[in-house]
Amino acid sequence: MIKFFLMVNKQGQTRLSKYYEHVEINKRTLLETEVIKSCLSRSNEQCSFIEYKDFKLIYRQYAALFIVVGVNDTENEMAIYEFIHNFVEVLDDYFSRVSELDVSFFSAVNQVFHSTWQRTGWS
Amino acid sequence: MEIIRRKAVLALYKFYLIAPNQVQHIHIKFRKALCDRDVGVMAASLHIYLRMIKENSSAYKDLTGSFVTILKQVVGGKLPIDFNYHSVPAPWLQIQLLRILGLLGKDDQRTSELMYDVLDESLRRAELNHNVTYAILFECVHTVYSIYPKSELLEKAAKCIGKFVLSPKINLKYLGLKALTYVIQQDPTLALQHQMTIIECLDHPDPIIKRETLELLYRITNAQNITVIVQKMLEYLHQSKEEYIIVNLVGKIAELAEKYAPDNAWFIQTMNAVFSVGGDVMHPDIPNNFLRLLAEGFDDETENQQLRLYAVQSYFTLLDVENVFYPQRFLQVMSWVLGEYSYLLDKETPEEVITKLYKLLRSDSISSETKAWIIAAVTKLTPQAHSSNVVERLIQEFTTSLDTCLRQHAFELKHLHENVKFMKGLLPVDKSCEDMVVDASLSFLDGFVAEELSQGAAPYKPHHQRQEEKLSQEKVLSFEPYGLSFSSSGFSGRQSPAGISLGSDISGNSTETGLKETNSLKLEGIKKLWGKEGYLPKKESKTGDETEALPVPQENIIMENVDQIITKNDQSQALTQSKEEKEKQLLASSLFVGLGSESTINLLGKADTLSHKFRRKSKVKETKSGQTTTAQNMTCSSFSSSSNVTYEEDYYLDHLQDRGDKEVKKFSLNSELLDSESLTELPLVEKISNCRLSAPSLFADNNMEVFHPPQSTAASVASEISLAASLLEETTEHMHSDLTEVCNNETISVSSYKIWKDECLLMVWSVFNKSASELKSANLEIAPAENFKITEQPGCCLPVIEAESTKNFQYSVQMEKPFTEGNLSGFINYQVMDTHSVQLEFSVNLSLLDFIRPLKISTEDFGKLWLSFANDVKQNVKMSESQAALPSTLKALQQELRLHVVDIIGNEGLLACQLLPSIPCLLHFRVHGDMLALWFRSSCSTLPDYLLYQCQKVMEGS
Repeated sequence: MIKFFLMVNKQGQTRLSKYYEHVEINKRTLLETEVIKSCLSRSNEQCSFIEYKDFKLIYRQYAALFIVVGVNDTENEMAIYEFIHNFVEVLDDYFSRVSELDVSFFSAVNQVFHSTWQRTGWS
Repeated sequence: MEIIRRKAVLALYKFYLIAPNQVQHIHIKFRKALCDRDVGVMAASLHIYLRMIKENSSAYKDLTGSFVTILKQVVGGKLPIDFNYHSVPAPWLQIQLLRILGLLGKDDQRTSELMYDVLDESLRRAELNHNVTYAILFECVHTVYSIYPKSELLEKAAKCIGKFVLSPKINLKYLGLKALTYVIQQDPTLALQHQMTIIECLDHPDPIIKRETLELLYRITNAQNITVIVQKMLEYLHQSKEEYIIVNLVGKIAELAEKYAPDNAWFIQTMNAVFSVGGDVMHPDIPNNFLRLLAEGFDDETENQQLRLYAVQSYFTLLDVENVFYPQRFLQVMSWVLGEYSYLLDKETPEEVITKLYKLLRSDSISSETKAWIIAAVTKLTPQAHSSNVVERLIQEFTTSLDTCLRQHAFELKHLHENVKFMKGLLPVDKSCEDMVVDASLSFLDGFVAEELSQGAAPYKPHHQRQEEKLSQEKVLSFEPYGLSFSSSGFSGRQSPAGISLGSDISGNSTETGLKETNSLKLEGIKKLWGKEGYLPKKESKTGDETEALPVPQENIIMENVDQIITKNDQSQALTQSKEEKEKQLLASSLFVGLGSESTINLLGKADTLSHKFRRKSKVKETKSGQTTTAQNMTCSSFSSSSNVTYEEDYYLDHLQDRGDKEVKKFSLNSELLDSESLTELPLVEKISNCRLSAPSLFADNNMEVFHPPQSTAASVASEISLAASLLEETTEHMHSDLTEVCNNETISVSSYKIWKDECLLMVWSVFNKSASELKSANLEIAPAENFKITEQPGCCLPVIEAESTKNFQYSVQMEKPFTEGNLSGFINYQVMDTHSVQLEFSVNLSLLDFIRPLKISTEDFGKLWLSFANDVKQNVKMSESQAALPSTLKALQQELRLHVVDIIGNEGLLACQLLPSIPCLLHFRVHGDMLALWFRSSCSTLPDYLLYQCQKVMEGS
């Protein structure tokens, strides 16, 4: 089960966030900063999965942008890892060479996100 | 169009997540979506199926074939090319399907056999070097190890895991470790193959990998490798700062220590480490369990004393260390142990211990809760001490404390201290496990109470009663769960909570009393598992352990050989190996000891029994299982008690007697019984009066013969004998419906009626031969229906039906899954005069109500059951005027729906029923003016909805 999906840049600004379980608004900011902090602390040699509280974070870095997915224990980490890449590929296609600006300023990202989401098997 | 269908299915999925029983009626649509020609729609429906199968896999076994076919098509590349991701066909879809198959095939050989082929193909196809294929492989391995095992597949999966674990890619290594952790319980030898990799991962720079490795080691811990594994865990614990990880690891260490501790010293030291690191974040069960373990002990009393003595000594020295701050919980544990068991010390006197505790008490870093624990310990030690300077100083200091709680404790101590003899009687040494006899009813206050009452004071009302009154005044819905008020009713009477807390304070044994309190609330009937010396059925736990070790002996021998070869190789290489390598080897041998066959254990010279002294965790599990079995027993007994109750039918009997039939004699005995019983059972008068025999002529026939096939549901001899009695007896004992004609022609007439037996619905078809000639090879068959289990009776093919006579065919019907209305159809064929055969078809409607029986339970059981059910449905129903009062509503429900009235409290009523064979459903209702608030709960998700529907019908109808 996917709990949340985040796009956060290195400065800690959230570009896109989707929650699939209720989290209070003020707790979201806290969670997002903590999540990006733990992602930034990781090096390239370390694996892309982090334990965070009682769920797992799966992250991928594209330039200065982190995409982080929070899942519970039953999820297949590698499948999510590849799903992130699939999403980015779709974005890249849609915007023809996507950049962080595109993600921040176009609501179309949401649309793309949802179709990829449903198409590939999560909802 | 496809996209709309897909979105609709996804919307339904969301509905399902929120309220599963609201989409119950469109399950057929889900099946349609699964077979949709568009891949997207089909994929969307998998979400729903994955979810439903997770909850109840047995209901969807028939779909296994479809899932296998779909996966075969996906793997075979039959999907449109745009579903490919990096030339892998629909990877996420494959993963979803594999997951579903894993759930379906679990512990089910027949279903598993269907999927072996496709799993093999998936393992073979997914060989492309891409991340997403690894994800598929991982899922495949998971599925292969979840379903009923097949050796070839297991071999391939193990190879796959090996590839993952050995991969230089860190993400794959992680995946491999995760798979290994999952697999290791079924096949511990796999850990031996990869032991060196595991050792390397244990020192991996990435803490996540380390953590995963520890998780793996946790699964393979046994009595031989416990010390090494726990040491590794503690090392990790000291490095990590995150609270969640600490809580998690500390719990695991405590669990392992209790299970496999090699000796007392190690156990106490490990628990000390757990308490000092876990401190105040750990789960409160850990210190509680630890103290219980110390107090209740094991079989061997000297062993117990040694453990306690060691604990006391260790805490005594720990308190000596200056300038160390221990977590509050640890200090509480220490003070309890010192208070209880300081008498075991030889050299140190109680005075010394009291002095230490007093010093602790005065330190600033201690919370007032801990201070209360310490004072309790001092109180326990005071009667043992000879001089009491320190105690007096303590009393002096704390009787003026600003903290009320401490001040109270100090005053208690002060007054007890004034009467040392009494104090010794109150606080006996080493009696923490024995109940103190306390006058819980506080009868010595009776005079005081009477005096107050005579002066006009209001009588005492228990808490739940006060609450009830308050609620009824406010006229609002009670949103509180039932358990609260019911559990508090356990304390009703005059046993006020104050009495309990007083008792616990005096004995100074608050954890113990606390535990007993919870026992009395929830764990009824399991107390006997624990005796004074500890766990009573201890042998069982040991045998359980042996069987655990049994399943892998053959493989183990092979593995051991392999292992020996490996170690030989290692020895030959040892010359070239660096010192570091050797250390790793050493670590490996200490970690993976005991994973091989039994012989290795024996070689090590450690008796298996010795290592299991601290088998706390398993005990807890067993008590839990005991609890569930008692719960089952409870429902069983309530079930059987309800089956003792029969639906009497005085009216019908009278009717028969009036007829002055020959049969009367037979019933006279019965009717006596019935009369006496009908007094106790609220009779279902109205219903019964409806049920009259509409075709008495059938029974008046002297020639009547009744056919009785043996009933296969209750195949005991006794039931057969009882069945051998006449049908009429059966119909009088149980409620039955009118006899209605279902079909007829010029020669025969078929009528049917239902007998609502306690354990099933009995359908009886009476075939009456109207013609003057006999009918040959008459045969009645009932078509199998989806929702029912119809027990076919042998001998339903009757050779002959004589002229103008009746034959009866009985079928017992069980419902397989709940529904509102169902249809049972069948046909009868017979031959007339050896010439042609005639076939007649008929059908009968069955409703859910035919399968509802009252469930006789007590209010207390109701409360317990209520809390245990997850599915609930609430609805407000407007009552018709005739029902405006509670009793009449109740009566209607009882009569029409066959519900059992458990209790009536004020304007609320509790009703219980069960759906055959034994799905209970509880109903709570509350009257507000002309509105009736119905609240159903059941273990079955659909039952409440159906019952609600029936209730509404009843309400509207009358």
